[in-house]
Amino acid sequence: MQIDLTVNGKQTFIDVEPRLLLVHALRDSLNLTGTHVGCDTSSCGACTVLLDGVSVKSCTVFAVQASGHEVTTIEGIGTADSLHPMQEAFWTAHGLQCGYCTTGMIVSAVDLLKRNPDPSDDEIRAGLEGNLCRCTGYENIVKAVRAAGAAMRAGDPRHSVNELMPIHPPTVEPPPSGEAIIPQQLQEAKV
Amino acid sequence: MIPAAFDYVRASSVDDALRLLAEHGDDAKLLAGGHSLIPMMKLRLAAPAVLIDIAGIPQLDGIAASGGRVTIGALTKHAALAASDDLRKHAPALWDAANDLGDPQVRNRGTIGGASAHGDPSADYPAVLQALDATFTLAGKGGTREIRAAEFFLGMFETALGANELLTRIAFDAAPNSAYVKFHHPASHYAVVGAAVVLTLSGGTIAAARVAITGIGDAAFRAGGVESALQGVNPNDAVAVKAATAGAARGVQARADTFASASYRAAMADVFAARAVAKAASAR
Repeated sequence: MQIDLTVNGKQTFIDVEPRLLLVHALRDSLNLTGTHVGCDTSSCGACTVLLDGVSVKSCTVFAVQASGHEVTTIEGIGTADSLHPMQEAFWTAHGLQCGYCTTGMIVSAVDLLKRNPDPSDDEIRAGLEGNLCRCTGYENIVKAVRAAGAAMRAGDPRHSVNELMPIHPPTVEPPPSGEAIIPQQLQEAKV
Repeated sequence: MIPAAFDYVRASSVDDALRLLAEHGDDAKLLAGGHSLIPMMKLRLAAPAVLIDIAGIPQLDGIAASGGRVTIGALTKHAALAASDDLRKHAPALWDAANDLGDPQVRNRGTIGGASAHGDPSADYPAVLQALDATFTLAGKGGTREIRAAEFFLGMFETALGANELLTRIAFDAAPNSAYVKFHHPASHYAVVGAAVVLTLSGGTIAAARVAITGIGDAAFRAGGVESALQGVNPNDAVAVKAATAGAARGVQARADTFASASYRAAMADVFAARAVAKAASAR
C-alpha cells in the first residue's frame, strides 16, 4: 500500500507491504542508512528515530503506522556542513568507538535535551536507558551529552566537519585514472 | 526479523474499530502502540491476518482527575503517565510504574490499554491496577461493560477482553498513599517481581490495604493474606510490616527461569511488598 512519510522535512510517497518495518523503509526504500539495525528486538536503540518529535525504536514500528507522520533520522539532525552540537560533542568528547550505536545514541540524546536541557549525569544515564553501547562503556557518552547541553544552552554556533578537522588538499597532482599514487620514498626504494 | 504478511486498516472511531473487529473476527488484532504485539509478530508467536490500527481514534487518549476519581484513556502512552503531575499526586503507584517501565523510546510508543490487554505475566500495570481496584470499560457490539481489574487479568497472556471488544478506559479512586516497587530485570526491564500497595491510613496505622504482586505466577494477583495482616500495623514499624508481608506469594505457583528461581521469586515478593508499604506510607 502507498504511504505518505515526511522524512527530515521532505514529504515522500512510497509503496510498502504492511509488514515492512519503519527502519527498513528508511534504509532500503529511502537509502537513509544512518539509522542502524542492532538487536532487532526493541532493546538496543540503534534504530532510534524521532517520530513526530519523540524518540522511538524504528524496528518496532511498521512503516504504515508512520504514514501521515513526521520522521527525523540522524541525517535530519545535522549534516557534515552543519553538525548538530550533539554530533560535535560525541566527536570531541570521544563518545564512540565503533560508531554502530552512535546514531541512535545521538537521536535519543537530542530528544532527552529537548525535554530536559540541563540534565544531571544520573538523568542522562536514565534518559539513555534505551540505547546500548557494547564498545566503550558509557562514561564518554555521558560527557558528550553534558558538553552538548552546555553548548546548546550557550547558543554556540554550529560547525562543519571541515572546521573541526580541516581536510588538506592533496599536495601531489593525482595521476591519470587507473594509475596508483606511489609515495616518493617508495619510488626511490624501487629496485 | 520479518513478521508474517497481514492486511492493515485504520479505525477512525470506536464504532469503526468494533465494526472491523466483527468483520474480520478472530483473524484480526487491534494495534495501538504495538510494543507488545509487534515483537511477538516478529518472532512469529503471533500472526494475525489483519491489523486494525486504533492509534488515531480520538478521545481515547488522556488523563482526567476530578472529584477523587482518575480516568485514563486506553491509548494514553506510558510517557504521558510518567510526566503527569495529576497522577504523581493522585496515584503515585501508577506514576512509579509508568516511570520505571521499559525505556524512554518504549514509553513514547506503548500505551496503558495495549499493555493491559496483552496480559503479560511480568508486566507492571496488572499489579498496580489491581491494587488500585481499577475499573476497565470494554466496548462491544451490544454496548459497553465494566469489569474490575481483579477479574480482568485471568492468566498468562489471557484477559477477560472478548475477541470483539475494545478496552476504552481505565478508572479508579485517587490513592495518594500508594506505591509500586519492582525488581526490574536488567536487560528486559520487565518485573522479576513487582509489588503495588494502596494504603488507607488512620491515626498513624493502616486502616486498610490493597496489595498486588506481579512477576511471580501466570498473572498478577492480590495478596489477600498480606492485606488483612497489614490492618492496624504502623507502616513505619519495619518489623511489624515485615511480619505482615511474609508469605505474600503463598498459594501461588511461582515461575522459574534462568534469572530467578521460583523460591527466590517468592522470597522477593515479601521483600518488595514490605518496601512498597513503606513507600506508600511516605507518599503524598
